[in-house]
Amino acid sequence: MTLRFNDETFRGDYTYHNSAAAVRRFPFPFDQDSYMYSVNIEPHRPTRAGSVFEHRFDVDEHYVAEMQDRAITLADDPLRCQSLPHMELAGWDFLELVMVCKSEDYPDMFTLHRDGDRWHWINRPLGIDQRFTFMDTSTLPCGPLEYIGRQTQGDHALLDQREGNLWMDAGIVTSQADWSLDFNIGMNFFEWHAPVPKAHELGIFQRALKFLTNVQQGKPSRRLNWTMTVNPRLDTSPENYHKWGPEKRTITPENVGAKQYLRVELQSFYRLPRSNALVFPIRCYLISLEDLVTVPKWGRRFHRVLRDLPDELAEYKGFAVNRSMIVDYLARFDDGAETSAGIFPD
Amino acid sequence: MAGTAFTPSILSRPVYAGLVSRGATPAIMLAEGEGALALMALADHDPAVMGHAHIIHIPAGTGHGAALQALGPAMYHEGPTLPAVLPRLRKALGDAHMGTALYIAGTEGVIGQVTAEALAAGVAAGAISTEHHGGAARRMQCVHCKGITEDVVTDPFICSHCGLSLFVRDHFSRRLGAFQGVCVDAETPGQIPAMQEIRP
Amino acid sequence: MMLRVASVEPLSPLVTKFRFVHPDGAALPLFSGGAHVVVEMPDGEMIRRNAYSLVSDPMDGSGYEIAVRREDLGRGGSLYMHTRVAEGDLLGVGAPANLFGLDLRARKHVLVAGGIGITPFIAQIRQLTRLQLPFELHYCARSRSEAAGLALLPDLPQVHVHISDEGNRMDPAEVLSGQPLGTHAYTCGPEGLVAAMADAGARLGWPEAALHSETFLAPPPGKPFRVTLARSALTLTVGPDQSLLEALEAAGVDAPWLCRGGVCGQCETAVLSCHGRIEHHDHWLDDDEKAAQTKIMPCVSRFQGQDLILDR
Repeated sequence: MTLRFNDETFRGDYTYHNSAAAVRRFPFPFDQDSYMYSVNIEPHRPTRAGSVFEHRFDVDEHYVAEMQDRAITLADDPLRCQSLPHMELAGWDFLELVMVCKSEDYPDMFTLHRDGDRWHWINRPLGIDQRFTFMDTSTLPCGPLEYIGRQTQGDHALLDQREGNLWMDAGIVTSQADWSLDFNIGMNFFEWHAPVPKAHELGIFQRALKFLTNVQQGKPSRRLNWTMTVNPRLDTSPENYHKWGPEKRTITPENVGAKQYLRVELQSFYRLPRSNALVFPIRCYLISLEDLVTVPKWGRRFHRVLRDLPDELAEYKGFAVNRSMIVDYLARFDDGAETSAGIFPD
Repeated sequence: MAGTAFTPSILSRPVYAGLVSRGATPAIMLAEGEGALALMALADHDPAVMGHAHIIHIPAGTGHGAALQALGPAMYHEGPTLPAVLPRLRKALGDAHMGTALYIAGTEGVIGQVTAEALAAGVAAGAISTEHHGGAARRMQCVHCKGITEDVVTDPFICSHCGLSLFVRDHFSRRLGAFQGVCVDAETPGQIPAMQEIRP
Repeated sequence: MMLRVASVEPLSPLVTKFRFVHPDGAALPLFSGGAHVVVEMPDGEMIRRNAYSLVSDPMDGSGYEIAVRREDLGRGGSLYMHTRVAEGDLLGVGAPANLFGLDLRARKHVLVAGGIGITPFIAQIRQLTRLQLPFELHYCARSRSEAAGLALLPDLPQVHVHISDEGNRMDPAEVLSGQPLGTHAYTCGPEGLVAAMADAGARLGWPEAALHSETFLAPPPGKPFRVTLARSALTLTVGPDQSLLEALEAAGVDAPWLCRGGVCGQCETAVLSCHGRIEHHDHWLDDDEKAAQTKIMPCVSRFQGQDLILDR
């Protein structure tokens, strides 16, 4: 295996770190010097070798540690993975999608042998060797969504499509930006987005829904979303808000570069074959400000974005209380020079 | 005006449009407290609605029992609390066929729980008619311990299960029949804003 | 993808089944019951694209099967399939898409088919059987000789056949009465059958969300008309057997589509100016939008009048 996996934690002593290569391939989400909501959806095609867009399900140096962190979260709170009864078929569709993609994209790490419904799956980084019968849950240690979700970075929501709407009827969610699967499960697209300010009036969700309900098999899409997190914590759930909340108030001008992280979600959307459901993988990438500014273009641009962001959005994204310290820090890396188009480093 | 008028809110917050007759089809009607008045108005508007109706009534200190019985429902039952009548409601839902209308009138907590029971039993949302009567008290789920606190009248409030101080969101789960309560002093432990009365 | 016609099998005087396989024997993408594919038919200067429900097993990727009814008064797509397609031919077939899926939450599924409307249910029955979900199917046809679906239906106690010539007409109210809470009903067939089911459902107090329907819309032929495309700076004539969408494609103007049958909303196009009457044939725009004449669905809708200018 060419990839070396970091020995690191996402809680407690927070030893999470990005290698120089991981910084370079970080999915910086701003393609211009300002930010407003948009339906910034594009085809999820292999793009740019080495980038996080190269493969359908990106596996990086954080893979093993992220899966260990997910196991801790699920042991603490098994309700982070739930599936309404009618979504089991979609769970199998999703398991198939991941196993097929990973074994094709990373043959050195993952192998899938199929003989009719008799399947054999090998996941070398996690030391898993599993024979099972496809569509027979009793042959796996847990349901198909949880089984493959424990081996796939990112949160995953399975959306049922009916009545011209999408319904969040299953998911495995342990690295969420402050929303609760246990509370939102069963909601439709407009209901689970109800707390998002401004975007409803802009018609963003109507347009996004129309697009998503027409996503076709074999033509996945993706978009980037972002927020801010203090410490490299994956589990910023509302369930544990009273446990991680105090950390948000530990930012000082001295430590902001090391402790404040930009959190980017690579969201993708796939139509699933047998269930006609959508799977919505939400992959989280974290980068500290001090690592981010090592790419001069990103330092300049991120300063301008956060400086000019409407207060309401800073409030919604939960970093209003630290915003001035963040902007002051980033200002030191903004010499006013022009920035090039696109998200990639110069 | 049918029932309480609420301040417009976010899209997940339920709207109680008032009871509207679905005609002489089989019906399950659950009225709590002053919600009985909604059933009377419904029957007054369309007497046919009572012919195949099963009324489950929780008086909650009101005295509308005799008036409801006088509407001539096919079945009438009075029980002291929602937990007490739930087994009967579940049996009625389990025995029901497509085309059964559900009418719910009462406080938000009762509407939320009965709606959740009905949805779980396979009733489509479009077959449920609701009308709010009573105070602005809310049924709140603590997002942290998952316990549900009934009849919350202040914001913030104290979770009756884990004791955290929670603020009252408008985000509502139809599956749980409850609003979401989130720790109000999570970032600054001990700094709890003054309690305010919840308004409709 | 280009697929090879593996077999052509008449099911009745008017209905023929076609089986497509990958030329290299590769597995085709699986699908869900009720899904359709769009088949491309090169017809002279133009490419016809018609949507057909898949009638093969959704869990079987070895081939796709469709059943096509010959419409002698249609625009020619079905005639093309019947008269010009033979075993061994290569045709373009799109990926499966489903605009008539099952609501998998249902406690029971009631499927009602009229005539060629049986096609989406053939695959759905296979899916329901595999998932061990309760269902019943009612298949209505005028006469036994026209009932091509009989050759496709499994011999199961849940399958009920209603032949009107044999005095065995289906009663929609009887089908919908007494069904358990959480039942969903699906109708596919002529508009009259869909309306009769909706009407019976409404009388029996069924919520609209539990009554699903698909009327198989083919783009209707009509009188030729002229249309101006503002962004492309083009003026076209749409022929009598051509849809507006096909005319756009023939002129090289890009318009997105998925169903080509007035259901999915993909091809919705803004009308910049309209002096005349748009013949809306779609199920996408609501009545107010249709009356306003500010949007058109080029896949099925047409125009009569002075001039029509579109934002394309």
